[in-house]
Amino acid sequence: MKPEDRVEGRHPMEEFLRMDRMPHIWCSGCGIGIVVTSFIEALQKSGLDPNKVCVCSGIGCTGRVAGYVKLDSFHTTHGRPVPFATGLKLANPELKVVVFSGDGDIVGIGGNHFIHAARRNMDIVVICVNNFNYAMTGGQVAATTPIGANLSTAPYGNFEYPFNLPYLAEACGATYVARWTCLHIRRVTKSIQEALQKRGFSFIEVITPCVTLYARRNRLGDGLNLLRYYYENSEIRHGADTRTLDIGYQGKIIVGKFVDIEKPTFLDCMNNHLRKVLGDKYQPWGVKS
Amino acid sequence: MNVRKKSADPKGVLTGVHYLDGDYAIAEGALAAGCRFFAGYPITPSTETAERFAERIPMVGGVFIQMEDEIASVAALIGASWAGLKAMTVTSGPGFSLMMENIGLACMMEVPIVIADVQRGGPSTGLPTLTGQGDMQQVKWGSHGDYEIIALSPDSPQECFDLTIKAFNLSEMFRVPVFIMTDECVGHMHEKVVIPPAEEIEIVERKWYEGPKDKYLPYKPDVDLVPFMVKAGDGYRFHTTGLTHDERGYPVINAECQDWCVRHLCDKIRLNADKIIEYKEDETDNAEIVVVSYGITSRVAWKAIQDARKAGIKVGSLRLITIWPFPDKRIEELAGKIKAFVVPEINLGQIKREVERAAKGKVPVYPVSHCGGWVHNPDNILKVIKEAAK
Ligand code: SF4
Repeated sequence: MKPEDRVEGRHPMEEFLRMDRMPHIWCSGCGIGIVVTSFIEALQKSGLDPNKVCVCSGIGCTGRVAGYVKLDSFHTTHGRPVPFATGLKLANPELKVVVFSGDGDIVGIGGNHFIHAARRNMDIVVICVNNFNYAMTGGQVAATTPIGANLSTAPYGNFEYPFNLPYLAEACGATYVARWTCLHIRRVTKSIQEALQKRGFSFIEVITPCVTLYARRNRLGDGLNLLRYYYENSEIRHGADTRTLDIGYQGKIIVGKFVDIEKPTFLDCMNNHLRKVLGDKYQPWGVKS
Repeated sequence: MNVRKKSADPKGVLTGVHYLDGDYAIAEGALAAGCRFFAGYPITPSTETAERFAERIPMVGGVFIQMEDEIASVAALIGASWAGLKAMTVTSGPGFSLMMENIGLACMMEVPIVIADVQRGGPSTGLPTLTGQGDMQQVKWGSHGDYEIIALSPDSPQECFDLTIKAFNLSEMFRVPVFIMTDECVGHMHEKVVIPPAEEIEIVERKWYEGPKDKYLPYKPDVDLVPFMVKAGDGYRFHTTGLTHDERGYPVINAECQDWCVRHLCDKIRLNADKIIEYKEDETDNAEIVVVSYGITSRVAWKAIQDARKAGIKVGSLRLITIWPFPDKRIEELAGKIKAFVVPEINLGQIKREVERAAKGKVPVYPVSHCGGWVHNPDNILKVIKEAAK
């Protein structure tokens, strides 16, 4: 019997993973894999046809997700998975398009794309793995780094104000906004499932340990120490005012689902508006007749 | 080539005789070619193409979206193209510079997209409302690394229409970004544009893969070197990346794979160059001087050529329709027979440099350069033709 034929030699999620690309590049103790597991479980539970689900990633450690999930998966340029997903979704509205990338990618270099996709209520799911630093390049300061944290390009500690991502997403028009840490596995899964089953711009921030860079440079211990930090310092506050969700260095992390509203998507607005103005001349787009 | 053709979808074809400017003609060419996705960002002097597309597409069926910038525009085109639509955008110098990042991605992912650059004077903000031809090398080299693209240069609104269709066809045929390198003058020039009936417009279909699902390799070259394509949502569960990759589309970070991957991107265009290159010649057979020109400048040069002929100089014209890949062979052949080339262009010698390279030092190449803002005075071209003929 070949090892892959044995039950114990097989991965329970192998239908959704590119097993021919394993082992992956992530460090042991990294939180990204946990979020991938949650995503796949959410996908399985969602009842969506996986052939119609696409994953777009940008660049960075989390950017590698597109390379490991066995779906139509696109590893794009740095910061651009959101507009890439916009094109994919609009060209074939039947697709469920998920952007899976890191904080540097989505709100650092890709911040402009992020706010505009949220403003348009583009019908995509954005999963943002936030590890407070640029990890792939060796641990540089990011737009999410808490004040005081030490990173290679902030060798005396960060003094810039970081983004509060749920506040940013809500202010720009997102219809679903949640934040979890990767300790909250079941809740991450549930949020992703809800987002997959929802129409509109959904944003899920997942705070994860970067053990190799952020944690080591700040002497925060290993993955387990960080999970303990999440355990002791995160507080579930569903529906919290997103203005109050700043994260201080090793401070309290407010998690939960903050926004879950219904609003016509970009395509709904386009079809409704143009039909109203142009009447029968208008050829609706992406509407099943 | 492994090419499947059909006639145009009549929904997008505005058959008839029109009075259009070049920018509008590009939009009509795109719609006739079957383009159903446009993502762009306004920039003078190209915006009219976006405006026309935005006005027309609701009645044809498709998407127009104004993106937050030109970076996003090209990213969206690549996404849309993977979803199976023909996609285009239009821009000018500053926007073109922003597009370079994802043009590289389109080359690496081998995605058909079409980009029109209505050139204005540069560098930087330069001359927003006045003409230039200064992006002719940028289109070839603007993104980092080695790759090949195809670029065409129309000299009239009619050619804007015709070459936009050709651009889409070449793009689908070679899975490569194709560029329409026009300029402010042609973009804003109104002329007669004849749009033929749909059944007379030949459209190249994408090379869709039809084999078994589990055997699909997104980057396995076919006999003509161009790999077959599938679209998102069809159950292939493929992967594609901007990283150096193997036939499966999986990243492989080493020198061997880099060699295979990059040579493939270049070879599929270089080795098929003869099937791509198009130019128009006039009286080159017995010419002593050949004027090599393109776009708006070829129309100005035409006056100078006629005047030179009246003055008894044997002048031929080689008008480039395809700029990239460059017609090296034809230039070298001519170089063996003539006395000199004259290359007028609205830049400081970008294509003159190519003519010189292809002529391999056999004959002198005289530039007639112009920094932009207006077209040449034909007398200045005539002066150089006369000097070259001495
Ligand atoms: S460097 Fe940090 S983020 Fe990247 S894989 Fe390692 S632990 Fe994870």
